[in-house]
Amino acid sequence: MSAALDWDRAAPRWSAGARVGVALIVATALLALFAPVIAPVPPGRLDLAASWLPPSRAHPFGTGDNGVDVLANVAYGARVSLGVGLAAVFLSGLFGTAVGMAAAWAGGLWDDAAMRVIDVLLAFPGLLLAIFITAVIGPSLGGLLLALCATAWVSYARLARAQVLSLQQREFVLAARALGASPLRIAVRHLLPNLAGPLVVQATFGLPGVILAEAALSFLGLGVPPGTPSWGALVDQGTAHLLDAPHVALFPGAAIAVATLGFNFLGDALRDRLDPRR
Amino acid sequence: MRFWLRKAGGTLLAALGATLLVSLFLDLIPGDPAAILLGEQAQSLDVAALRRQMWLDRPLPVQAWLFLEELATGELRSSVPPFQERVWGRLAEAVPKTGLLALLAMACALAIGLPLGVLSARRAGRAVDRAAMGLAVLAISAPAFLVGQALILAFGIRLGWLPIAGDDSSAAVLLPALTLGLALSALLSRVTRASMLEVQGKEWVLSARARGLSERKVTWRYAFRSAAVPILTIAGLQFGGVLTGAVVVEKVFNWPGLGTYLLTSIERRDYNGVRACVLVFTLTYLAVNLLTDAVCAWVDPRVRLSTKAP
Repeated sequence: MSAALDWDRAAPRWSAGARVGVALIVATALLALFAPVIAPVPPGRLDLAASWLPPSRAHPFGTGDNGVDVLANVAYGARVSLGVGLAAVFLSGLFGTAVGMAAAWAGGLWDDAAMRVIDVLLAFPGLLLAIFITAVIGPSLGGLLLALCATAWVSYARLARAQVLSLQQREFVLAARALGASPLRIAVRHLLPNLAGPLVVQATFGLPGVILAEAALSFLGLGVPPGTPSWGALVDQGTAHLLDAPHVALFPGAAIAVATLGFNFLGDALRDRLDPRR
Repeated sequence: MRFWLRKAGGTLLAALGATLLVSLFLDLIPGDPAAILLGEQAQSLDVAALRRQMWLDRPLPVQAWLFLEELATGELRSSVPPFQERVWGRLAEAVPKTGLLALLAMACALAIGLPLGVLSARRAGRAVDRAAMGLAVLAISAPAFLVGQALILAFGIRLGWLPIAGDDSSAAVLLPALTLGLALSALLSRVTRASMLEVQGKEWVLSARARGLSERKVTWRYAFRSAAVPILTIAGLQFGGVLTGAVVVEKVFNWPGLGTYLLTSIERRDYNGVRACVLVFTLTYLAVNLLTDAVCAWVDPRVRLSTKAP
């Protein structure tokens, strides 16, 4: 069975973009993991005398309403934003791959029906649908995940379907079928390993999109429940004081940009490596 | 012609479907909006009366039908007390605002994205290309509200050139339009670059160059024209991004458009407002898609031939 990622054909060195991307991703991941260490004070600690202070040695990102530390908020917000993003990508990837594989395997009417649904969802702007869904369900983590996944799964389904359609005719799958392997066994043991590479690239591109969507929804007050420090919600809280305390809105906003930039760089590099035309 | 009629019909059906779907979704909202509006001390009789006024006692399809009927006759009002605000009045105020914003943003995106993409393709691999594409990734990665707030601080506060919020002066649309246009221009420049590189080695481009035409003519008349279809398609698809982006950008700049109307309707649980916004957003989006298809077929006859089949 051929390896999913054909590294031998690719250039021996990673591009500068890929290295920058990985560095940015690692930085945000560390921020999320070591939030309790990085934050100078716990995120909920109020200090009424120190409201809306500009960045200083004691508070590197300054303070916001009632003296909450912005760095602490951004660090703990990384957990929420990255966590929601990863969960949404994982769930939509899982669902999309399952639907795509099933559609390709079943063929005929099922395949047609799945493709029509996919076409409709592809034709509709995803964030708009997410706004409608969260508007209805109200701010909650479950509703947010549902809204983010509602259109995100489609790209995985299309990808998995196309790959399975071509893999189906390959010798190793035909051999497995001839030996009497069950469809489930073929899917898990023979198809999935070959799907993994393209799916990972797709997920790398999907993650920044989901992080941005979550940020936009939370900024609109339609995302995470009130009081949860996601980056988008933090920007929303800081917006009212943009003129007298811009750091409160700008630091979490910059954190979103850093995370999405990292994944976009990495995604570009991965795609360039795996694209057989180059 | 029949092809286009069928497409237009499909567009209308999809928009009606979206309205019905939204009505369905609205019904799923936990809690009785009438009871919430009246507070905890409300008499059950009052709640029942309010529910009747808000159509909440009717089945879903009837709610959607009543909405469409009143919308068509122009009688539709907000579905929260005091039931006075005319939905058409609000739409008439909001739609031109968002329309202006979206058109300017699109113009801004085209004006920046196309030349940048063509330039990048012609200098592929060089410093100009790398810088332009690096900037493009940066612009795609930055959330719209961050760009908007940075622009407010730079042009509105530090330099004091442009108004930063509301719609009091005609220059107030510039910053939101630029915010919205920047992200789109980044995407467009990437697509333009890829599309131009794709056609660069094609026979008609080579033969034009072999005939000794000027580089400018080869680039724009021959290469760009055949590269234009994917670019146009993406630009059309991006319009959905403009509409959703408008919701965010309108909040940043306090711009009284359709996005603001949608958000306040959601906040007030004004179901008729939400339904109307969804209908307008969906219709606009689908209509632009249809228009994009038409323009693509006009620019490149090959498209027309290939879309006949389904």
